[in-house]
Amino acid sequence: MEAREQMNIVIVGHVDHGKSTVIGRLLADTDSLPEGKLESVKEFCRKNARPFEYAFLLDALKDEQAQGITIDTARCFFKTGKRDYIIIDAPGHVEFLKNMVTGASRAEAALLVVDAKEGIKENSKRHGHIVSMLGIKQVVVLVNKMDLVDFSREVYESIVSEFGEFLKKVNIKPINYIPISAFNGDNIAQKSQNTLWYDGPTVLEQLDGFVNKKENRQLPFRMPVQDIYKFTEEGDDRRIVAGTVVSGSISVGDEVVFLPSNKRSVINSIEGFNVKPRNTAYADEAIGVTLTTQIYIKPGELMVKAKEKQPSVSSRFRANIFWVGKAPLIKSKNYKLKIGTMKIGVKLIEISHIIDAAELNVDTFKDQVERHDVAECIFETSKPIAYDVISEIEQTGRFVIVDNYEISGGGIILEAALDTDNSLLTHVREREFLWEKSLISAKQRENAYGHKAKFIVITSGNEGKEKDIQDIGRQLEERLFNMKYKAYYLGVSSILHGLASDAANGYEDRDEHIRQIGELARIFTDSGQIFITSIFNLDDYEAKKLKLLNQPNEIIVVNIGQTPFNDFVPDASIEDAEGAVEAVCQLLKRQEIILEYYI
Amino acid sequence: MNHLDKLEAQSIYILREAYREFKNICMLWSIGKDSTVLLWLARKAFYGHVPIPLVHIDTHYKIPEMIEYRDELARKWKLTMIYGENSEALAQKKTFPDGNADRLTCCQLLKTEALKHTLSGEWNRYVLDHKTGKYVLDTKREKFTGVIVGVRADEEGSRSKERYFSPRDKESDWAVEDQPPEFWNQFKTDFAPGTHIRIHPLLDWTELNIWEYIERENIPITPLYFDRGDGKRYRSLGCYPCTFPVESTAKNVSEIIEELKSGKFANIAERAGRAQDKDDGGGLETLRRGGYM
Repeated sequence: MEAREQMNIVIVGHVDHGKSTVIGRLLADTDSLPEGKLESVKEFCRKNARPFEYAFLLDALKDEQAQGITIDTARCFFKTGKRDYIIIDAPGHVEFLKNMVTGASRAEAALLVVDAKEGIKENSKRHGHIVSMLGIKQVVVLVNKMDLVDFSREVYESIVSEFGEFLKKVNIKPINYIPISAFNGDNIAQKSQNTLWYDGPTVLEQLDGFVNKKENRQLPFRMPVQDIYKFTEEGDDRRIVAGTVVSGSISVGDEVVFLPSNKRSVINSIEGFNVKPRNTAYADEAIGVTLTTQIYIKPGELMVKAKEKQPSVSSRFRANIFWVGKAPLIKSKNYKLKIGTMKIGVKLIEISHIIDAAELNVDTFKDQVERHDVAECIFETSKPIAYDVISEIEQTGRFVIVDNYEISGGGIILEAALDTDNSLLTHVREREFLWEKSLISAKQRENAYGHKAKFIVITSGNEGKEKDIQDIGRQLEERLFNMKYKAYYLGVSSILHGLASDAANGYEDRDEHIRQIGELARIFTDSGQIFITSIFNLDDYEAKKLKLLNQPNEIIVVNIGQTPFNDFVPDASIEDAEGAVEAVCQLLKRQEIILEYYI
Repeated sequence: MNHLDKLEAQSIYILREAYREFKNICMLWSIGKDSTVLLWLARKAFYGHVPIPLVHIDTHYKIPEMIEYRDELARKWKLTMIYGENSEALAQKKTFPDGNADRLTCCQLLKTEALKHTLSGEWNRYVLDHKTGKYVLDTKREKFTGVIVGVRADEEGSRSKERYFSPRDKESDWAVEDQPPEFWNQFKTDFAPGTHIRIHPLLDWTELNIWEYIERENIPITPLYFDRGDGKRYRSLGCYPCTFPVESTAKNVSEIIEELKSGKFANIAERAGRAQDKDDGGGLETLRRGGYM
């Protein structure tokens, strides 16, 4: 079977400048209309006593026909001798900008339609700017409705120069400007006799001149981990790390690093179903691999090759964002960031400036980003994330922000920002400043209770030990309680593990739970108690976060079996779950938290 | 990568996103070629396993061979196979074939209503017991919050406006005017209580792509799609009172592909054999707003 090439094209521009007519015409002139569709639309026009227009072919929804504008992105399929096209009709009305974004972000190339008579309008510019942000490199401007200006070369040239100047500012250099009349078919499929002064290609020739993006095989390897599959119940022992390769290539035997956890392993196999076994996979393929070692990783991590250029890992970064949310983007609110397959809490830290997407005027005084604004901002995620800056690898430099269930903005990362003053540190500082000091000192409590306050966290990086660490936590609480100490075990381990496990919904909420446990620990230890909890597979950032949140009080981190940490050094590492309770008690005695002999 | 590889990779990505994000998820299987391709893609995405239950809405007017084929594959591929129905409308004979409803009302009752209440868990679900080979009442009644559907954008007007991840409100209504944005490969996976998300991994596939893929992967497909000697075959499958075979002598997948590429169907809409579409102004929109697939 010969494989035909396929390409997605988006058509954008100001409302009423004739996008739908251009597509309708393309469909008709290339004989791509299914008979059923044309008939049904003609029938509809007849019934409603309206003259048939090419635009109606796309505006198949009744709402749109009533209002005469495109509300949502619609996809049309058509083909030329060269390849198959999906042409995405994006709405030109500002109200429907989020739909335009949806259409445009799936495209390889964009046709920007401008009405020769009306000239360049607000959304001609705004769409140009967004097309640039979305990363579409191939742009062609269609100067439409040339019939209304008598196919005047002067009008055409003034639009070319005026629009060109604007587009240059947003880093777009159009491949071409084509004078057309979609309504009459000039320069769509046939070269027009009305524009003999124009010697460029027709729209159709231009489409075939676009090139599909080279698969990013030459770039460093990146694969956001989408999931970990184990179908052991069905007798399948493979543990498959699944995801789509967004750049580069990966082969059996390659050493890989998972970020931000920094865990390492080596590719053991590339799995497949109903395909020939293979040793290498490339960009754009949805793959699954097995590793030579059992390491515990979570969906959302970025898999990269150890020997290639590493991505950035940080919590703060500078980005350009485009906001489509109903509510403005504000500081001091918690949002959710989605990058690759990672979902994580994020806050707006600083607005560097807001750019009016249409006029490119810079406003430095607004303190919130409103709907349809483009802004350069600094964001901070609740934990460091792995990413590339947009100029290096696009796929790992893009993110969206979710506000109250809705995707409300899209962004591209420009550079890492310094992590010097992260907001958690600021929060702890403020909290301690505002903390009302009790009349009873910590020393007084120690004397009364016969022990010091402590926050004990039990963890393990061994899969299968989830239950063990819970048991150890509970038994430790019981042991200390029987010794008449004030100890309390917070049993949230199962919730946390549920949140962290791959199949469960909302694993990203783990960060919030870790924060809550840290805050609780601060209160319990302040009251003089020994506060115990068990958290499976605690990572470096989480351990540091708990330590910070529990300040100024003290924390002990105990690891059972295989360590989940990379750099963080736990206070104790105990090989075996058996005898762990006794070992922790010994540690508490050595640190003089509890007494050698109790009364 | 050729275009089928690309379509496959994107669909697998969407299926994996859906499986990770939704605890109570199911996949609708109409037994037709599209949702069977979807089922095959799930086996590819999950390496031979189908960890997602399949839901079929049985109108009891389906062509009998469709049901046989459904159960045969369900057994062979060890699927969690569930069916639901509008038992009340069937008992009261409120159907088009019984002469007590027009086509659209019949679709509404036997498909849309049955689907809505089967997904929500309000009506009985029946699950295939692999030990006995019989369907038994499903004791699990959780609402499915993620529903994977094999619709394609090229089928008709309203489907061309769908998102990959499309929210439906409590009444299963589709707010066409206010759909969520999809930036790059980021979809709407967060949803308010009471709402659910429909997931459309095949949105960018065309009818031709479906057949090309069936041929490439050698996917078992119901023989109703082929001419079996009478010069007729089904191009689209549904209930027998409202779905009519087309005149065609295509006897296998490659002949169908040839017919779609250059033959007599190259310019005829696929659903031309579906009577309910015409009754709905050509757009299918009335049905789809109310939850029709």
